[in-house]
Amino acid sequence: MKLQVSHSPHVRDKATTQSIMRDVVIALLPATFAGWYYFGIRAVLITLVSVVSCVGFEYLCRRVMKRNNTISDLSAVVTGLLLAMNLPVSLPLYMVVVGAAFAIVVVKQMFGGIGNNFVNPAIAARIFLVICFPKAMTSWVVRAGAWYSLKSVDAVSSATPLTQFQGADAPSMWDLFIGNTAGCIGEVCILALLIGAAYLFVRHVIQPWIPLAYLGTFLIVVFFFGKANVFHFSGNLATLDGWQVLFHECCYMLLSGGLVLGAFFMATDYVTSPLTVKGKLLFGLGCGILTFLIRYYSNMAEGVSFSILLMNILTPHIDDWTMGKPFGEVKENVKA
Amino acid sequence: MSENKMKDVTYRSPDERLAEKKSKYTPKSIFLNGVLFENPALRLVLGTCPLLAVTISAKSSLFMGLAVIFVLTASEAIISLLRNVIPNKVRIPAFITIIATFVTIVQMIISAYFPALNESLGIYIPLIVVNCILLARAETFASKQKVLPSILDGLSMGTGFTLALLLMGSIREILGCGTFFDMQLPLFGSVIEPMMFFMMPPGGFFVFGICICLVQILMKKQEKHSSSSQGTSPCGTSSANDCLSCAGCNLCKGKEE
Repeated sequence: MKLQVSHSPHVRDKATTQSIMRDVVIALLPATFAGWYYFGIRAVLITLVSVVSCVGFEYLCRRVMKRNNTISDLSAVVTGLLLAMNLPVSLPLYMVVVGAAFAIVVVKQMFGGIGNNFVNPAIAARIFLVICFPKAMTSWVVRAGAWYSLKSVDAVSSATPLTQFQGADAPSMWDLFIGNTAGCIGEVCILALLIGAAYLFVRHVIQPWIPLAYLGTFLIVVFFFGKANVFHFSGNLATLDGWQVLFHECCYMLLSGGLVLGAFFMATDYVTSPLTVKGKLLFGLGCGILTFLIRYYSNMAEGVSFSILLMNILTPHIDDWTMGKPFGEVKENVKA
Repeated sequence: MSENKMKDVTYRSPDERLAEKKSKYTPKSIFLNGVLFENPALRLVLGTCPLLAVTISAKSSLFMGLAVIFVLTASEAIISLLRNVIPNKVRIPAFITIIATFVTIVQMIISAYFPALNESLGIYIPLIVVNCILLARAETFASKQKVLPSILDGLSMGTGFTLALLLMGSIREILGCGTFFDMQLPLFGSVIEPMMFFMMPPGGFFVFGICICLVQILMKKQEKHSSSSQGTSPCGTSSANDCLSCAGCNLCKGKEE
């Protein structure tokens, strides 16, 4: 028998940046199509503008910085797609271009391109747009006319489910699940998002730790500290009604807004999430608590993007904290 | 000699800096130093507090800059005159007192004649007293140099600061408000919605970083340009003859030819 001696790594994988990004694009497509179906042709237009301008800015940036071009790795396409999914359908098109420029030029390329961005470019761009154009970014519409209607004027303006929660006109749970509500292009159809996420799990592109921790933490916190929390009903928990209201709030909070989109597609970004399983759980925990705090106690209706952005910034520290110990390492006793 | 001094060197040891300060300046070098090479805001990153707070409009930036030019020039002149009288141990309080005098004068003039401006600049006029630029220039320049160079230094440093303020103020006002010196610009408002972001503190930091970055690129270009046109060798000599004469040093080894 012949013994072969070689350096590590001994196990290699065929995955490349391009193949992973292609998988993410495929996983995002169902939700994108659902968004197009619900919001009409203007949603298509916004998606196209966002993707084309992201790729364009990536190309220009690399050209100007005299670096090798990285548009073929499809990461700019993913950023463009994610950004479009995070925008309301009535947003003027030049704002989409501004957002794409911020995502690619400022967040990604100024920090060294793919792999070096300190926060998720699409989320940062979304928040930039929210701060720049608060009115345009929070005017929600549901499509009223035919699906090919180009103008958002045709649509009926409406509140996002998160702000409707208290009102009587809150959409039903099934509408929330299949996406028949107001909101950003990509966040409304939970069903399509879950199909995409399942594809990513099957292809081993993402691990379930961050989404699990994120959604789990969020649910637990809502269960105990939400408006209709356990303590609130401590008097009549024996009755079925109390549990029903509590259950309703938990499901409603889970299904509305960008929580599912954020948990599965944005928080799991390789570059800006921790490396170890422990770190990933911690990351999801932080995201869940922050999302709850922002949704319930701030003047903004949605907190997913802000909480992911904040945890993105904390990621290097979480990585430091949860660093694995090399096998066989002996800890030096400093005090002795 | 002075040309070499002017060259942008990113790091110099304190001793080198001291030697540099003590050496003679030419008016041109002082001026270029203040406006560009050691621009207080964008190269030395001094006086950041008023820089970020005041630059929400071009107008308030300009007036803040003018106030700093006046205080800087006047206080540097006085400090330079008194440089042999002020005891070394209490020089900082003495400098601050002199600076505070001029700031008080500016404050009184502004509140008497431009009450609206006083309103918009607010606390930042009195805060010029503790602006790092003033103390830094008093300590490193005026307390060691004669009166005329000190006045020139105050003028050029102040101009550099004002230019930086004006640059940032213009960018932030145009993008954030759609106006320039309170004039409504075309396109903005009707087609392009002003971006709130640039009127807020994060926008200030953002524009500040971009400006520093741009000036840095400019410096790099300038450095490349001057080194390629003069052909300076690592040891600071500029021509082939000089290189022959400094045969003792081995900095150039391997780089010649």
